[in-house]
Amino acid sequence: MATTLHTPANVAELADLLRQASATGQTASVTGGGTKAALGRPVVPDLDIHLDAFAGVVSFEPEEMVLVAGAATRMARIEALLAEANQMLAFEPPDWATMWGAPARRATLGGTVACNLSGSRRIKAGAARDHLLGLDGVTGAGEVFKAGGRVVKNVTGYDLCKLFAGSFGTLAVATRLVLRTVPRPEVAETLVFASADDASGIDLLGQAAASPMEPSGLAHLPAGIGGMRLARTLVRLEGTPVSVAARVASLGRLGKLIQRLDGPGAAPLWADLGTGALVAEGGGDLWRLSLPPSGGAGAAAQIAAAIPGARHVFDWAGGLIWLAVPAAAPGYATVMQAASIRAAVGDHGGGHATLVRASAEVRGTVAPFAPEDAGLALLAARVKQAFDPSAVLEPGRMVAGR
Amino acid sequence: MLMPDPDQKILDRRADIVEALRRIVPGNGVIAERAGMSVYECDGLTAYRQMPLVVVLPETVEQVSDVLRYCTAEGLKVVPRGAGTSLSGGALPLADGVVLGMSRFDRIHNIDYANRCITAGPGVTNLALTKAVEGAGFYYAPDPSSQIACTIGGNVAENSGGVHCLKYGLTTNNLLGLQMVLMDGTVVRLGGSHLDAGGYDLLGVVTGSEGLLGVVTEVTVRILPRPPAARALLIGFPTAVAAGTCVGRIMASGIVPAGMEMMDRPAIHAAEAFCHPGYPLDVEALLIVELDGPVEEVDELVGRVEAIATATGASLVRASRDEAERMAFWAGRKAAFPAVGRIAPDYYCMDGTIPRGRLPEVLEGIAELSKKYGLACANVFHAGDGNLHPLVLYDANALGQLERAEAFGSDILRLCVAVGGVLTGEHGVGVEKRDLMPEMFSDVDLGIQLRLKSAFDPLGLLNPGKVFPLLHACAEMGRVHVHGGATRFPELPRF
Ligand SMILES: Cc1cc2nc3c(=O)[nH]c(=O)nc-3n(C[C@H](O)[C@H](O)[C@H](O)COP(=O)(O)OP(=O)(O)OC[C@H]3O[C@@H](n4cnc5c(N)ncnc54)[C@H](O)[C@@H]3O)c2cc1C
Repeated sequence: MATTLHTPANVAELADLLRQASATGQTASVTGGGTKAALGRPVVPDLDIHLDAFAGVVSFEPEEMVLVAGAATRMARIEALLAEANQMLAFEPPDWATMWGAPARRATLGGTVACNLSGSRRIKAGAARDHLLGLDGVTGAGEVFKAGGRVVKNVTGYDLCKLFAGSFGTLAVATRLVLRTVPRPEVAETLVFASADDASGIDLLGQAAASPMEPSGLAHLPAGIGGMRLARTLVRLEGTPVSVAARVASLGRLGKLIQRLDGPGAAPLWADLGTGALVAEGGGDLWRLSLPPSGGAGAAAQIAAAIPGARHVFDWAGGLIWLAVPAAAPGYATVMQAASIRAAVGDHGGGHATLVRASAEVRGTVAPFAPEDAGLALLAARVKQAFDPSAVLEPGRMVAGR
Repeated sequence: MLMPDPDQKILDRRADIVEALRRIVPGNGVIAERAGMSVYECDGLTAYRQMPLVVVLPETVEQVSDVLRYCTAEGLKVVPRGAGTSLSGGALPLADGVVLGMSRFDRIHNIDYANRCITAGPGVTNLALTKAVEGAGFYYAPDPSSQIACTIGGNVAENSGGVHCLKYGLTTNNLLGLQMVLMDGTVVRLGGSHLDAGGYDLLGVVTGSEGLLGVVTEVTVRILPRPPAARALLIGFPTAVAAGTCVGRIMASGIVPAGMEMMDRPAIHAAEAFCHPGYPLDVEALLIVELDGPVEEVDELVGRVEAIATATGASLVRASRDEAERMAFWAGRKAAFPAVGRIAPDYYCMDGTIPRGRLPEVLEGIAELSKKYGLACANVFHAGDGNLHPLVLYDANALGQLERAEAFGSDILRLCVAVGGVLTGEHGVGVEKRDLMPEMFSDVDLGIQLRLKSAFDPLGLLNPGKVFPLLHACAEMGRVHVHGGATRFPELPRF
């Protein structure tokens, strides 16, 4: 059966749609900007619900540092509005659209938060999950509900915001979100060090992370990445000019400093780190690995040995690896590839590996989200049921059969 | 306090239950005699006391799992407990329930400097985490003022905060992983020493779940390098409005203080009388702003805060010149609770959060309520994040004052919600604010939260009677009452 398109005009219509789908056993996907449709397992829903009606900033109070906006509000619009007040979202939301070759600047707030995205500043400022203060939404069963509030300090009831962030549209549809904003740093400076190899680069990043200099970006680019012959290690510092100067002086001694980039000069590089573009642009299947920072170099080496042609960059002091591997034929080859990538993470402190870009066949064969052990899988399935008892919201997108 | 009716059939089987638990946790890990159990009969919300059916102190994850599996099979309720410092009655026992004390999980398992995290049993105290890593120049940032007593397991269950959370985040922002046991005995691991979840963020949901979802048996948290310098400013204002404006301007300027605390006139006077920190007595509001980081940064930001304060009409601005002076600025604030305990026979501590900008009107509202109820109120305030701790002063021995204090407190929380705030910023709902939940959440909202609860604990055996309003609950509940300065944890500073 073909997918039918729906554009509910308001919350009541959206709730009606979901209630009907629940009653008739239909499934639905939810589209904000449509930039992340190719994320997760391929699913063909009965309904495609477009949230266009839920676009727009409801309120932005720079003094309170709180933004309330509809789920389909474009991130570009939000960023521009915040910039006028010299503020920003601290988690450095990346624009993933380009990784699938989709046009940039179309991602929406709801999608960004539902995927719990974050950029390099994650290590200092947290991910989307840490900045979502509240939401209005509709469950898979069509119940209109609210969670959280508009203040940072809030322990009233369960923290459903955390659950929404990273649920990839499979638990509930957010219609309106409340986010905290922060002032933009006055200046930023990126120190570029020459490093012999991954291990020494990540070692340098570890020293910076263990210093009290509060770096807001710690990345390592192996030789050959971004068209550079030499491996480079990046340390970003943000704050007032006096503070940044002091911290540059302190951390500049960590290694062989070859370059200092100012904020605008380094911005494209950090943006590319957020999207994995530094390896993604070369094509192939794209993975995003999260693991303990000290395991990063070892995991990457193990993967490089197992998969010829694999390319990687490190962010989060080594705790995040963007990995591009040559697209293998769907089936045995891709399953083996995925297994060796996940084994490398498991062998180096544990964590998770997500396949963020691959053909639909590959995403249907290889679990794009890290498989959970039995106890956790059962628990997650019950959580899904609590929000979406009739399995309306994209069952199978994150995990087969759920 | 209305709690679920005890099940007589369970009370009748007590001897068998005690024996069965002794088989699972041998040695002296089961406490069944009254004298031993009385230690557990209440938590920091001392107005409510209840002898449990029995107390179990397991030592291993297997024992926790076996106890929970046994309790599920027998239909027994379980109340998890850390140090029992909860201020909302989260660890209040049930007459027909087992108290599962986690105090024996008090070992630090692993300090991982390479990944800047520490893994410990849930019974390790908050301060012990910092003590374990401070030799290497690290600390654990969230610092509830109960930190010498409260456990990291309790912190996770309450998503506890402290003065430093303004800059470094609450428990939830510093937690990387945990192991927990579900009511059916299943052991699950959430997170690890990496960032973010591969699937649903169950770690985020368990944090702040007040012991209703699972029993935490191991915790991994981030540790941070200790900043090289810290200085504090003492700033006095002729009006609370000016102080509130100053707080807003500091935050909006991009400065994130390591702590920003406010006291109103009654709190200032009580503190000065109590420990003579040298606070000005001619101001309506006092701010303490702490800045930390590299020396150059701290000195610069101190200058900026001074300028903002002066421009907002501060009548007094003093910056600490050394560590002794910094500590002196804090001394009065840290003693605010016991100081207030001196000026009234009893006080009752509230914990609402409001949007920062609404502070002046909320303070006015509290002043009006104070007149209406004929009870004084002193306010201390985690100003940077809008978390208000009004202390309602009363005399429990005076007829009707207790009830008036409780009604006053509930009205303050309603006011917080009315201006866009919430019922509790860090102390939790527990039994205390359970019946105020409908002020914030609809039946549908609460229904969804209850379904989430069932996903973890289908039989509803884990810490029942907390967080969610009982169907036939009376409107007014009990609170944190302190009589004659006699608190349950007199040695702990209170922020
Ligand atoms: C003097 C004083 C000052 C305080 N100051 C602050 C403050 O500044 N900031 C702040 O946020 N709080 C403060 N508190 C409140 C309290 O200390 C915190 O809520 C603390 O986190 C409770 O820890 P605990 O170990 O005492 O837990 P308990 O009181 O024993 O339990 C609290 C809750 O956690 C659950 N629980 C405990 N251990 C586990 C476990 N292992 N697994 C699952 N659930 C568990 C219990 O069931 C209960 O619901 C203060 C309390 C006092 C008495």
